[in-house]
Amino acid sequence: MEGRLARIGLRIWVGGVLLFLFVPIAIICFYAFNSSNIQSWPIQGLSVKWFSVAWHDPQVRAAFVLSLKAGVFATAIALLLGSAAAFGVHRFRFFGREAVSLLLVLPLALPGIITGIALNSAFSFAGIGLSLLTIVIGHATFCIVVVYNNVIARLRRVSGSVYEASADLGAHGFFTFRTVTLPMLSTALISGALLAFALSFDEVIVTTFTAGAQNTLPLWIFGAIRLGQQLPEVNVVVVAVLLLTVIPVIIAVRLTGGGGITRGSAAARSAMDSGSPGA
Amino acid sequence: MTSTVAQGGRPGGEPASSRHAGGVPGGGSARLAAALWRRAWLRATLTLTPPLAWFLVIYLASLVVMLVTAFWSVNPFTNTLVHTWTLSNFRQLFTSTYLIIIGRTVGMAALVTVTDAVLAFPFAYYMARLASNRGRQLLFTAVLLPLWASYIARVYAWIVILQKGGTLSWSFQKLGLGAVNIGYTNTAMWLVFSYIWLPFMIVPVYAALERIPDSLLEASGDLGAHNWRTLRSVLLPLALPGVVAGSIFTFSLTLGDFITPLLVGGANSNFIGNVIYSNLGTAGNLPFAAALAVVPIVIMVFYLLGARLLGAFESL
Amino acid sequence: MRIWTRGGALFAAASAIVLIAGCGSSGGSASSGTSGGGGATQGLTPPQAGTAVPASVGQTEGHLNLIAWEGYAQPQWVKPFQQATGCQVSTKYAGSSSEMVSLMANGGGGQYDLVSASGDADLRLIYGGDVKPININLMPSWKNFHPFLQSPPFNTIGGKHYGISLQFGPNVLLYSKSAFPSAPTSWSVLYNKKYAGQVTVPNNPIQIADAALYLSKTQPGLGITDPYELTQSQFNAAVNLLKQQKPLIKKYWDLASQEISLFSSGTTVVGAAWPYQTNTLVADHQKVADTIPAQGATGWADTWMLATKAPHPNCAYKWMQWATTPKVQAQQAVYFGETPANKLACPIMDQIQKGSCAAYHANAPESYYQTIKFWKTPLAQCGNGKNDCVPFQQWVSAWTQITG
Repeated sequence: MEGRLARIGLRIWVGGVLLFLFVPIAIICFYAFNSSNIQSWPIQGLSVKWFSVAWHDPQVRAAFVLSLKAGVFATAIALLLGSAAAFGVHRFRFFGREAVSLLLVLPLALPGIITGIALNSAFSFAGIGLSLLTIVIGHATFCIVVVYNNVIARLRRVSGSVYEASADLGAHGFFTFRTVTLPMLSTALISGALLAFALSFDEVIVTTFTAGAQNTLPLWIFGAIRLGQQLPEVNVVVVAVLLLTVIPVIIAVRLTGGGGITRGSAAARSAMDSGSPGA
Repeated sequence: MTSTVAQGGRPGGEPASSRHAGGVPGGGSARLAAALWRRAWLRATLTLTPPLAWFLVIYLASLVVMLVTAFWSVNPFTNTLVHTWTLSNFRQLFTSTYLIIIGRTVGMAALVTVTDAVLAFPFAYYMARLASNRGRQLLFTAVLLPLWASYIARVYAWIVILQKGGTLSWSFQKLGLGAVNIGYTNTAMWLVFSYIWLPFMIVPVYAALERIPDSLLEASGDLGAHNWRTLRSVLLPLALPGVVAGSIFTFSLTLGDFITPLLVGGANSNFIGNVIYSNLGTAGNLPFAAALAVVPIVIMVFYLLGARLLGAFESL
Repeated sequence: MRIWTRGGALFAAASAIVLIAGCGSSGGSASSGTSGGGGATQGLTPPQAGTAVPASVGQTEGHLNLIAWEGYAQPQWVKPFQQATGCQVSTKYAGSSSEMVSLMANGGGGQYDLVSASGDADLRLIYGGDVKPININLMPSWKNFHPFLQSPPFNTIGGKHYGISLQFGPNVLLYSKSAFPSAPTSWSVLYNKKYAGQVTVPNNPIQIADAALYLSKTQPGLGITDPYELTQSQFNAAVNLLKQQKPLIKKYWDLASQEISLFSSGTTVVGAAWPYQTNTLVADHQKVADTIPAQGATGWADTWMLATKAPHPNCAYKWMQWATTPKVQAQQAVYFGETPANKLACPIMDQIQKGSCAAYHANAPESYYQTIKFWKTPLAQCGNGKNDCVPFQQWVSAWTQITG
């Protein structure tokens, strides 16, 4: 259905959206070299001193390490509980099934400040001191839904006929799970984990109320922009994180073939779905 | 389908028999079915208990506890909670100040959602149906990458772009279009919100579009439908669940945010989140903050129920 | 006042959690006992008033957890402290007084030791039972403080010190020199339609006190004597003034850096600020200056307050001692652009940055400090012994109405 004009129009649109997405990133990269700590346009002077400042800043290092730890643990919990929930909701019909899937989405759907305050009161009541553990609990709560969504979407797409074929060949539940379900899920798990980690790594609002005296990276950034003395240093740190994540993100996108499935397998699958996608 | 759950046979060993055995009618199979039903129940319990326990014990319990306070009040003299049931907090919600703030927040969330859907659809269409494999991977990386640059830093970057004499105004002037001064306005908030949540819309819309088989579009063409007709009658309806799924993110994230209004909003930028935040802490007015929190909860529950009707949960 | 209805365990748990979350450990029980200190506190005794203070500083615990304003725990003075005492310092930066109070809920939750609270949060923390008295005799620098900061009403109740004063500063009038060739002499410029769309003030309910201070001089008929103790009619007058100001406001700023970019881009030409913004802008060669107009100014005064459940009290005492020594006081004052509580810091400030002592009024006569009305939490109890003042919750909802 794509005429030549439409194709050109679409290209321009895509270019425009990319520009929209990347101009702020370009600004961040650019102002990492700002000699002044006031961001004014056009930039007043250039300097590379902030790279050394950021590198030698123990607060930045500690915050980075804490964010990394929180992200890894929260993602691990989310992978376990999120995929378990997805299996349960997908495979079994039970009373309150709808409510369960609603409940799982809630931590993403409700304002972070609510989750933050509620968890803070609960920890306080239970006498749990705020620490890495409480950050992980807070993050895992909203990361679970990300993994859940990815896994359940994949489970729905995988045609029931695959299981039947496996069963026809005599495989029982667990064997089918290990040799059929899991490999088909692997890319969904990878993209779910990636998104969950990204969410955790960049979360501010819930973390404000669930982190103890130690700062995660976003908390450090929020602190640093208040007075603005360290604005260029913040930009340096953001650029560094971007550079560190480019490679893993590209690898993950390649593995998952761009969000999950390549065109070829899409055609095959749609044949299996007998032309009822989205249902 | 149930037969997969029902399988009791060994893997590998004797491939052919078990399924047929299960299919033989009679007392044996009924017993088997009963046992399997029990096992299915057990497995459901095993897979669902840990995540549900997590949500009920950690999340929902603390939420409920907090919401109970919405029906209490604060003693103005001692600043302590008065545990007497009252609806006064909710009554206060229905005064013009808060209705305006709620209206502004919901309106902005809706506007941002529509904007992102409009921006995302052609982009996702190009990704899903026109780009080469390589191009698709590049675009996908480009969509995901901004999520790794700190949210706060990205919003902060917009201050330089939008402020008086900033990047945008400067570029416009260079192009001979005159100065634009939209820094610290609701327009600025709209732009920045749309920017921040755009990837969350592109991904599900792409997933929905990518699933539509080529044959369907060809069939539409074969039946004599014009491009617009195909777009309207085939593509959009099939992409709708993806759009609705994306909108859950764009809508709810805008609804709950308070940092973007704080950073780029102007003098009329109070959001529900900002008011909740200012009522906690120094004011110590947890009851009113909790009452205010009920608003986004109610809105989101209805939104999610509506989204479910439109099939969004299937394509999240 | 607690009314127990049906509902059993959940309700019990709920109220217990809420009690802890919302109002500290023991929730400021009202008693009709006597109390001295600030007039605003008559008829109330802080919950922790009876807590015994240590006679000496014991063995340090190896760790110290602070809640502080950004810039209050810089490596220049944290590192030497860690070396001298072995207390490893972790700092949580808070963005507002509200956040500080939230974090300090339940006596600091057994997590935090000290908070650098401003006067608008102090009484809330004290009456919430989240902070406890300290032994001021263990603070050698205390005797060198400006007298008005030794036992100020916002941190000393009934002769008990709930922490030690730290630094203070006025809320100044910041203006662009291109818009104002000579310094404005009245806060009225903030209410002048001539500058519509070019004005910025802090996004903080305590800003109502600034309007009240202005009215106390320009409309003496209202009878405002203390901008933090306002009767309903006085309060309404201040709120009305701010509602009229609303159309002139470009932005209610939340972060100091926002106001800096508002002025450096020329978006705003006049606003209420801290000296910090002026310093940063002037250091960047921006054409701005600040002044304290004829009506005087409100100001903030920060106190290191000791959490009720401080897990490392000895390190906390060491830190309070350290933070009030002349050198650290001078370092922090110059870094942040504020005035130290310790008078002996003045010469060291000049060593760090020439002329900074005078610039921040660290050597000003006592009469200068009397012109600054320091932030304190507005309570229903007025200084006149009546209970007809507007409490802070209403300040917050009025501020929401103003800023809409």
